[in-house]
Amino acid sequence: MITLTINGLQTSVEKGTTLLEAASSLGFPIPTLCHMEGLSPYGACRLCMVEIGEGPRAKLVSSCTYPAQEGLKVRTASSRVLRARNMVIELLLASCPQSKTIQDIAAAHNIRRQRFRQEYEDCILCGLCVRMCEEQMMAKAIGFRGRGQNRTVGTPFDIKSDVCRLCGGCIYVCPTCQLRCTYTEPEKAICGGCANLAPPCVEKDQFDDMMCYMTPCVACEIEKD
Amino acid sequence: MERLQVIEDFSSLQARLTADREPNIPVIVIPAGTCGQASGANDLIRVTKRELLDKGLTDKIHLRVTGCHGFCEAEPSVLIEPQGTFYPKVDAKQMVRIVQAVAADEVLEDLLFADPETGRGFYRYDKIPFFRNQQRSIMRMNQALDPIRIYTCIVSGGYGALQDVLANRSPYQALQEVKDSGLRGRGGAGFPTGLKWDLLAALPDEPAKILVCNADEGDPGAYMDRSILEGNPHSIIEGMLIAAYATGATEGVLYVRNEYPLAIKHLMIALRQCRELGLLGDDILGTGLRFDIELVRGAGAFVCGEETALIRSIEGKMGEPVQRPPFPVEKGINGRPTAINNVETWANIPLIFKLGAEEYAKVGTNGNTGTKIFSLVGKIKNTGLVEVPMGITIEKIVHDIGGGARGNGKIKAVQTGGPSGGCIPADRFDLPVDYDSLAKAGSIMGSGGMIVMDDNTCMVDVAKYFMNFLMDESCGKCFTCRKGTQRMYEILEDISNGKATLQDLDLLEELAHVVKDTTMCGLGQTASNPVLSTLRYFRDEYIEHIENQRCPAGVCKELVTYSINENCTGCGLCVTVCSEGAISGEKKGRHVIDVDKCIKCGSCRTVCNFDAIDVR
Repeated sequence: MITLTINGLQTSVEKGTTLLEAASSLGFPIPTLCHMEGLSPYGACRLCMVEIGEGPRAKLVSSCTYPAQEGLKVRTASSRVLRARNMVIELLLASCPQSKTIQDIAAAHNIRRQRFRQEYEDCILCGLCVRMCEEQMMAKAIGFRGRGQNRTVGTPFDIKSDVCRLCGGCIYVCPTCQLRCTYTEPEKAICGGCANLAPPCVEKDQFDDMMCYMTPCVACEIEKD
Repeated sequence: MERLQVIEDFSSLQARLTADREPNIPVIVIPAGTCGQASGANDLIRVTKRELLDKGLTDKIHLRVTGCHGFCEAEPSVLIEPQGTFYPKVDAKQMVRIVQAVAADEVLEDLLFADPETGRGFYRYDKIPFFRNQQRSIMRMNQALDPIRIYTCIVSGGYGALQDVLANRSPYQALQEVKDSGLRGRGGAGFPTGLKWDLLAALPDEPAKILVCNADEGDPGAYMDRSILEGNPHSIIEGMLIAAYATGATEGVLYVRNEYPLAIKHLMIALRQCRELGLLGDDILGTGLRFDIELVRGAGAFVCGEETALIRSIEGKMGEPVQRPPFPVEKGINGRPTAINNVETWANIPLIFKLGAEEYAKVGTNGNTGTKIFSLVGKIKNTGLVEVPMGITIEKIVHDIGGGARGNGKIKAVQTGGPSGGCIPADRFDLPVDYDSLAKAGSIMGSGGMIVMDDNTCMVDVAKYFMNFLMDESCGKCFTCRKGTQRMYEILEDISNGKATLQDLDLLEELAHVVKDTTMCGLGQTASNPVLSTLRYFRDEYIEHIENQRCPAGVCKELVTYSINENCTGCGLCVTVCSEGAISGEKKGRHVIDVDKCIKCGSCRTVCNFDAIDVR
């Protein structure tokens, strides 16, 4: 057993436990996007950053990949962690605002705006689908291609894969494919209304040909701000 | 080549080669590394060979083709030994004269390197300030040996340290010697090499341990590793052999980027010769030491210089970092313990044993021992590779060795540590160059790139350039590195286009700190340095761009206009080079630039002989 302190609380965990698991077992919430039980830790989304160490040696690490160590002091919500987490959420919103998962995380952290050039990407390259396909479906049909800005997920040479059984596992785990809310105009999608129990605002006429699972929605609240 | 069976065989080979040496015969040394060949060294070699054969001088003059000596500004150069006469920027015709002069034991004074102040030539290369102010313990070997002939290496002391270690020291003593030397990894982070080896040596022999030489040098403007690989590949092999003896590793990997074809060629030749001589393989020199080195070529990704990405690349996977711990020394290539060191670190190992740890540690400062090679480039007179003791001030490197600013510019800053490094302003040039001082000043030592900038360099543009590089080279795995570099680049682009606000500047700084905090590997963690260090020392330049829409250095195209001042003589030269037809005027009268047509390419300014083009 390994003893460590999380937010001042001492806890003992088994060897090999990650900081994320240890913190969750104590009930400290850490947002994640690329982590899923049953899939190997990857550490790509950088949402689950926690602060370890003290003084000038204190640093942020991704809790989903960092193994618990004896005597480690972990802070899951220090000001440094929050600053980083908020900026990561803002970056996510700037790239992929339509994702319901990201909207929910933003709303939960009270992020209502982003200050970068707005993009509308479909993929945040969290790698859940790649790991799902390889580790749970034993197919390895999809993988990463390219580097940096040109990195994408797909089959080799974009040819239909022989090993793909069309199981849909990749779509099931994707935080951006399922549950997309684009509002009536994509720019207004970052409302987070679904996570806020604010007074209802129904703009039915604008939602004629699309279904908002957010009914009622509070987009108009944002406009007033 | 005969295989050496026991240690004594090596000693007798060395003695025989030394006895065969003819120290009185003059040697024409031509540095032909990649830089030398690019500037015409191959022609000089051809001319020299022809001249020696034609005149029947082959017995009277010897020719040695070596790796780069470091004085790139003077390439292609020729060095005459043993006199030490140095001829810079030699062409084929001059080479013929030089061969004749060497045959007649004369010195061609008109071709000597001239003192920029007095105009008098230097008779010996080591009197030239560029060489005189350096301490060349590693680079000096480059001029002493022919990298593709192992005998020239042995005769100049190569593999002597290995022989000494195998004959006189236990593995523990060898390890202790490296620890005592205080050598820190030259790859950039400065991790103590002895400690890394100690961690490796403490592990059991199964699974077999691996040593890696990281030669994936990718920083723009840095090429010291290339010069060592090309000029003295044996020093790396020797260093790895000593480490194999000290740590019990049995396999070695040289990870060289494929953009270094000459280095790869020289390494392959060196490895083959070592195997033939019995310096690599089973039972090396009869001591039972087993070690062999494999050469792996990198496929061209900057991030593969990061150790965990390098391991994955060697394993044949996509070159992207993984989270540490576990560290490579516990779990490296295919799960086996792996110690990775930089080229320059390996090249330092034989030197430690040649001098002794105590003597080695006297060079440099406490905690930063030994020498470091920097590649000094940019707006400076003497560009090249300079080897200096650690702890020397930037001032000394830039002015004493580098010779100060090129042209009539004024040096503004030095960028150290490659794209992940930072800029040090001129008023902090008294800063000693070592790992800790540079880190404190907001930069890093990195692998040793040093780019000098003068007042014609725009710091926003510099930050933008490096951010563009990092954006391209980020592997894309970590979200904050991939998007963070892209967003920082976008904001910098806005600033240089005059479209940014002061809020954007705050956002840039905030983002830079977060990217530094939240990324996984060294690339991301240092990716903000170009932004943060320029913001720290040159914030006024950023503000000038934003508030006054002005680029003080006249670099950011969107913010400058070209005009012609009263110096114009009406020669019309600029009219001929202007691709847009934007310049017009009467013959012999002052010309004007049509700002609507002008694309700000700068051609007119380059060709103008009268300094008549203003950029504001």
